[in-house]
Amino acid sequence: MKSKAVFSTIVPMLAVAGMLWYGSGINSTSAVGADADNAGLKLPAGFGALRAAENTGKARHISVTPAGDIYVKLARPKDGKGVLFLHDTNGDGKMDETQGFGNYGGTGMYIKDGYLYASSNSEVFRYKLNDKQQVIDPNTPEKIVTGLIEKNQHETKSLVLDNAGNIYVNVGAYSNSCQEKDRTPGSMGQKGCPILDSAGGIWQFKADKLNQTYGDGVRYATGLRNVVGLDWNQQNNQLFVMQHGRDQLHDLFPAMYTTQQSAIYPAECMYALKKGDNAGWPYIYYDQDQKKKILAPEYGGDSKKEGMPEAITPAVAFPGHMAPNGLLFYTGSQFPEKYKNGAFIAFHGSWNRAPEPQAGFFVVFQPFKGGKPFGQYEVFADGFTGSPEKTASGRADHKPCGLAQGPDGSLYVSDDVKGTIYRIVYNKK
Amino acid sequence: MKRFTLICLTVLTAVTTYTTAQKSPAKKKTATKATLAAASSLANGKLVYTQNCLSCHQADGGGVSNMNPPLIKTTYVLGDKIRLAKIVLNGFSEKVEIEGDIYSNIMPSLNYLSNQQIADVLTYVRSNFGNKASAVTVAEVAKARTGK
Repeated sequence: MKSKAVFSTIVPMLAVAGMLWYGSGINSTSAVGADADNAGLKLPAGFGALRAAENTGKARHISVTPAGDIYVKLARPKDGKGVLFLHDTNGDGKMDETQGFGNYGGTGMYIKDGYLYASSNSEVFRYKLNDKQQVIDPNTPEKIVTGLIEKNQHETKSLVLDNAGNIYVNVGAYSNSCQEKDRTPGSMGQKGCPILDSAGGIWQFKADKLNQTYGDGVRYATGLRNVVGLDWNQQNNQLFVMQHGRDQLHDLFPAMYTTQQSAIYPAECMYALKKGDNAGWPYIYYDQDQKKKILAPEYGGDSKKEGMPEAITPAVAFPGHMAPNGLLFYTGSQFPEKYKNGAFIAFHGSWNRAPEPQAGFFVVFQPFKGGKPFGQYEVFADGFTGSPEKTASGRADHKPCGLAQGPDGSLYVSDDVKGTIYRIVYNKK
Repeated sequence: MKRFTLICLTVLTAVTTYTTAQKSPAKKKTATKATLAAASSLANGKLVYTQNCLSCHQADGGGVSNMNPPLIKTTYVLGDKIRLAKIVLNGFSEKVEIEGDIYSNIMPSLNYLSNQQIADVLTYVRSNFGNKASAVTVAEVAKARTGK
């Protein structure tokens, strides 16, 4: 009798709870649920994460279609496929169907105006999409750019498009600091660094013209050592890039820099670019604490002397060597208002801080207001490495690389160690 | 059976070592001296490693994925000592594939190190990070330097 009374009380309670739960599901801004462990990530209150895909390969940049499918560019082809198409058949957010094409490795992946753009380490291709935003013919892409320099350093060709039919491609410098002998202690810088003629900058090409190379394009900005993360800021209608700053200040000039200084300098810089800009590599670097453009030791600097006043000043300066590989201006409505038009940056994590502990391996949020950085950046998603020890040693389980926004405003993060594709959602109203 | 043989061998070795040591104190002295020299070579090798190699190859010798090759159980490290010494002397700027991964960063020439320093650091590398390979001698480094 007693148990029956309890039962009759519990059932309606469960029913109400269930309705509330179901209701909250409807009211929440994301249709999919987070993994119980938030995919191993540490996120701000109200956010959750799920593993949309795992073991995809060395997943570099990614692009999510208006239908919610994901295109992934792999650094190296897996089973002969360098681009993956991931599809979710039942709407639970887990991509359960994979197709591949394109037998080349690379980094660039971007969707614009009915085309998927992809880059190898020397060329740019595009594939026409159908009305479901899927590649129509994966075997015969149009070759848009060819013959870009590819040497053993900074060879990836990240790309983004503007709203006027142009494509912007990074050509990284095949050198650390344009020394006569690369990465050799005490070797001085080459006068009039010849690398800048064909690398160390952003080149602009037409998005729809075939077989372009250097002569057909414009060196849009120079003095950028290597850019991996870049995005077109729709509010300013302007290109923003993240530069990987130079390495080894202590190794190369031990009398001028301690290992501690070498670990945090120079800054990893965000630049807002205009046509013709020069960011100053290899002649200067930006010191985020002195807040100055410092003459590089290869060009007569001593860690304090300033140089190249005409070089542009970074929009934001982050601590050194954290390797910003992804940049995304958030234009969605799923996340709270403060995130709108702000920048997410995926820091791949450092190697060049040893013997000091390594750093990075997280996604940072930099607030923007009126198209300009506003206030301090904050760590948004952390925990990719697996433990603080793995962060310090750099032996990370996962390293964040590419960023993309889904049609519902979810934020996607790729990992190029194990190939996990994370989807971060906001579930609090 | 296997374990029994092993124990017997151990005991035998211990006894032999003991009697040999007892019989020839002069030999013992030389052995200690050699051990001390080896220890100091290893300590010096670690110092050379810390100052010249660690920032790229890392404290654990594991390198950096896609960039700087690991020094753990690769044929480059465990194999031909002259070839290994030549890499230190001349640098290395080719893309190299090790166990399916490609490493592409530039290694500068470290020919400013002395033959002794190179012998020490290579001996250190070949007997650390899980490696167990023979020492590299100054004569071998000298040969690598002249036989360029």
